[in-house]
Amino acid sequence: MFEEANIQPVMSLKRLFSTFFIFLFSLAAFANEEAGERTKKFDPGETVIEHVSDNHDWHIAGHLSVPLPVIIFSPGRGFEFFMSSRFEHGHTSWNGYHLDEKNKVVAEDGHSFIDFSITRNAASIMASMVLLVLMFFSIAKSYKKRQGLPPKGLQSLVEPLILFVRDEVAKPSIGPKYEKYMPYLLTIFFFIWMTNMLGILPILPGGANVMGNIAITMSLALMTFIITTVSANRHYWRHVFAMPGVPVWVLFILTPIEFLGVFLRPFVLMIRLFANMLAGHIVALSFICLIFIFGELSVGAAWGVSVVSVAFVVFMWILELLVCFLQAYVFAFLSAIYFGAAVEEHDHRNEAPHTHVEEAAIV
Amino acid sequence: MELIKPEIGLVFWMLVSFLVVLFILKKFAFPVITKALSEREHSIASALDSARKAKEEMAALQADNEKLIRQARAERDQMLKEARDTRDHLIHEAKSKAQTEANRIIASARETINNEKIAAVNELKNQIASMSIEIAEKILNHELSQDEKQRTLMQSLLKDVNLN
Repeated sequence: MFEEANIQPVMSLKRLFSTFFIFLFSLAAFANEEAGERTKKFDPGETVIEHVSDNHDWHIAGHLSVPLPVIIFSPGRGFEFFMSSRFEHGHTSWNGYHLDEKNKVVAEDGHSFIDFSITRNAASIMASMVLLVLMFFSIAKSYKKRQGLPPKGLQSLVEPLILFVRDEVAKPSIGPKYEKYMPYLLTIFFFIWMTNMLGILPILPGGANVMGNIAITMSLALMTFIITTVSANRHYWRHVFAMPGVPVWVLFILTPIEFLGVFLRPFVLMIRLFANMLAGHIVALSFICLIFIFGELSVGAAWGVSVVSVAFVVFMWILELLVCFLQAYVFAFLSAIYFGAAVEEHDHRNEAPHTHVEEAAIV
Repeated sequence: MELIKPEIGLVFWMLVSFLVVLFILKKFAFPVITKALSEREHSIASALDSARKAKEEMAALQADNEKLIRQARAERDQMLKEARDTRDHLIHEAKSKAQTEANRIIASARETINNEKIAAVNELKNQIASMSIEIAEKILNHELSQDEKQRTLMQSLLKDVNLN
């Protein structure tokens, strides 16, 4: 458990560094453009950001893309529904809306609205949800059919993971009450893993940078936060507001920190998943962009660089396979630890190790 | 779209689809899977348990067997020893009986021999006596055939009588 928690910060630091690097890179590109060179040059920063951002259509290759539904709710006009193909990739407006340069729907008359569109990320979520349901239903069916027999096929792929979540994540972190949280932990683990795996596939149901979208990780962290808060017992709140066995004057310092920690934990959960997955996508895309940057110099250079780039992308891809699993595990594991802290029946003499694990994992 | 500004729409779809999936899986898939897993774990545990029990029984059985064998061996040894003792006893008894019988026979033989010897000696004595009488008769006959000698004898005999 500790090793995982220690590896994590190192990896995310690396990732954050590369993210930062790419941001700098894109800023430089923007600055160049600002400087007046309005030629249609290849802009790696913009390309990368566009690829990792959410979109209103699902780009496949070249000019080929699948249109997705746009759903808009505005207080005055109610719900409006149309396909994103109406915008013709931002070239035309429809119903008084058009896409701005960041692929965001804006109203031409400036009225306020909420965009409920099934964007690429939303569609990708649904795809992985459908896959998840299909997978678990097929497994449940094989469990019914092959009662008392060893697992087979898909069942034998997923069973170790289910047991892993149960025996390595839920049981040690939550304790005897783990069963109540198993459905949530399993769903969140498999959802993050499945979505991440789809995300590193370059073709259709994949390719979307779902877990590298802050809205998604925020929703997941929010659910963990709500479950923690709702299931928290008296001891949990006592530990937050009046840590037992601590002098009163220390409480003046400790209580604000602990109280902040209640919100900080889901926040860190959100940031970690977001930054890790986003950085993975950005790094892979940057290596691809390198080919095009050199392509502007000469075709030969592009071919030469492409060998190296593709090798690096393959390396990144293999790393991502690990990261996909690791991030799903870390998210489920930390959620389980928070649930465990919330429901733990304290026996004040030997409580210390648990909180230490938690703090180590937060970093 | 912006990188670090959460979109309300996406949050909405995310929460809705996640909760729907969570509900469906919790209702239909997870109970089946957890039940099957725990059942299998129980069956494995009980199988292991019964295997352990069988092993223990086997060991107990083996111990019993060994005990029985040991007992049987001891009994056999005992029986052999008894048989040997009986044999020795019988031989000893037979020997002593034979000895006494022999002694008895020898004793009786000795007695018979003794008796025969006495009888033989008696007969010899009788024969010697009768032979001596015959001899004496013949001598007397021969001695007393002369009157002189008869007179002398008479006188010596009468002399003895007178004395008494």
